[in-house]
Amino acid sequence: MTTDTMVDDRVHAPDGDGVPVTLTINGERHALHLDPWVTLLDLLRERLELPGTKKGCDHGQCGACTVLIDGKRMNSCLVLAVTRDGAEVTTIEGLGTPDHLHPLQQAFIDHDAFQCGYCTPGQICSAAGLIGEGKATSREEIRELMSGNICRCGAYTNIADAIEDVMAQQGKAAHA
Amino acid sequence: MNRFAYARPATIADAAQLLARPGAKAIAGGTNIVDLMKEGAETPDLLVDLRRLPLHDIRETDGGGLSLGALVPNADTAYDERVSERFPLLAHAILAGASAQLRNAATNGGNLNQRTRCYYFYDTATPCNKRAPGSGCGAIGGVNRIHAVLGTSEQCIATHPSDMCVALAALDARVKVHGPDGERVIDFGDYHRLPGDDPSKDNTLAAGEIVTAIDLDAFDCGHNWTYLKLRDRLSYAFALVSVAIALRIDGDTIVEARIALGGVAHKPWRVVEAEALLAGKAPDDALFATVADRILAGARGHGDNDFKVELARRVIVRALGQAVAGTPQTIADKRIA
Repeated sequence: MTTDTMVDDRVHAPDGDGVPVTLTINGERHALHLDPWVTLLDLLRERLELPGTKKGCDHGQCGACTVLIDGKRMNSCLVLAVTRDGAEVTTIEGLGTPDHLHPLQQAFIDHDAFQCGYCTPGQICSAAGLIGEGKATSREEIRELMSGNICRCGAYTNIADAIEDVMAQQGKAAHA
Repeated sequence: MNRFAYARPATIADAAQLLARPGAKAIAGGTNIVDLMKEGAETPDLLVDLRRLPLHDIRETDGGGLSLGALVPNADTAYDERVSERFPLLAHAILAGASAQLRNAATNGGNLNQRTRCYYFYDTATPCNKRAPGSGCGAIGGVNRIHAVLGTSEQCIATHPSDMCVALAALDARVKVHGPDGERVIDFGDYHRLPGDDPSKDNTLAAGEIVTAIDLDAFDCGHNWTYLKLRDRLSYAFALVSVAIALRIDGDTIVEARIALGGVAHKPWRVVEAEALLAGKAPDDALFATVADRILAGARGHGDNDFKVELARRVIVRALGQAVAGTPQTIADKRIA
């Protein structure tokens, strides 16, 4: 830290008490003080005991960490939590419960859309974002717009089936 | 990631002051800088969060133009009806890049200011004149399949990775910036720079300057445009070569042509003299080949990327054919028309 970046009242020092941040996660409000280098992914997993969101590549290349921020799907590994003060975050834990599965969770089971399951929370959050965006109207578009989620077991065909199924249930696209 | 100080200014003037400090870096969407900080390729002393600045809108300008706020996410820009109707080339170029998640987070200003994806720039165990000036270039004589074939220097053969910027170059956009000395406007072609003897500088922003908006004048090319991107996999990969084309055609005559290349240089590559060869002419494959040769004059591979010169030649000719026919390359259908 150089003297030129010395702290004034606009700057939070790296050795300070952290930056005040309020986040609503799965409907629950959290008032936090965070170091600015904490990613949303690490905050969820390591501090808020929400390990459903997975750390895959940690570089925005695999999509395993996908969550919804103010309704938009994003890679939580590339989001510094302090930059999203006031945001509403939905993780896989907030989409459904064991007793009341989200339609995408049920469809992933029905269509055998996973093998090891590590990418699945990200796939499902991404699919929820995709349906919310409303831009995919065909299987080709689903595949293109899900390309940010890698599945190394190669369940892509069944993942696309599951998403198409839910979109058809919701009247968003004709089921092939 | 290194430890750093953090500020989230509410005004552009405050942000510019903070960014003028040595060791300060800007963050908005974070999709590139957070990644680079994890790798140790960026180690800011102070991170200036721009997200509270009032740059979140797309505004109408005179004559049917648009001013794209620097903090508007790439996805919101591409899906804005005014953008997709008036500048479909831009919308398609944006949607050809990255993934849906990244486009939701990444901002317009950040898209301009993202750094190269050169492997040596990212790998702090290797030399890189862009990351560590004077240390050398790992890519020259190294693994360089993704690297530049035009406008390179002895110090750097990195490419600018953006798709969006290739379309903005073809559309003659202007970049509005605000700095400690006030506002100025930079023509898009002058925004990014070639590596020359200082590859550490990607663009012509001065210390403390912030991109506030990208301005576009109306350019009606009807259906005579295309963004054709070739890459190693069918989606979610950077361009090996891409081309953005917008033509104004009257009857059988090309009135005006705009052609920009991505994936081949340190900045989107335009050669206006080559574009001028098309003005007043009827479309013709032989003419297209002449234009491609003129655009690629002086192109030179560095080993692994030798193929890019011939690939670019063919992509230009193919894309000109698409634009003339009014059949732009679609994103979901990977077959090249």
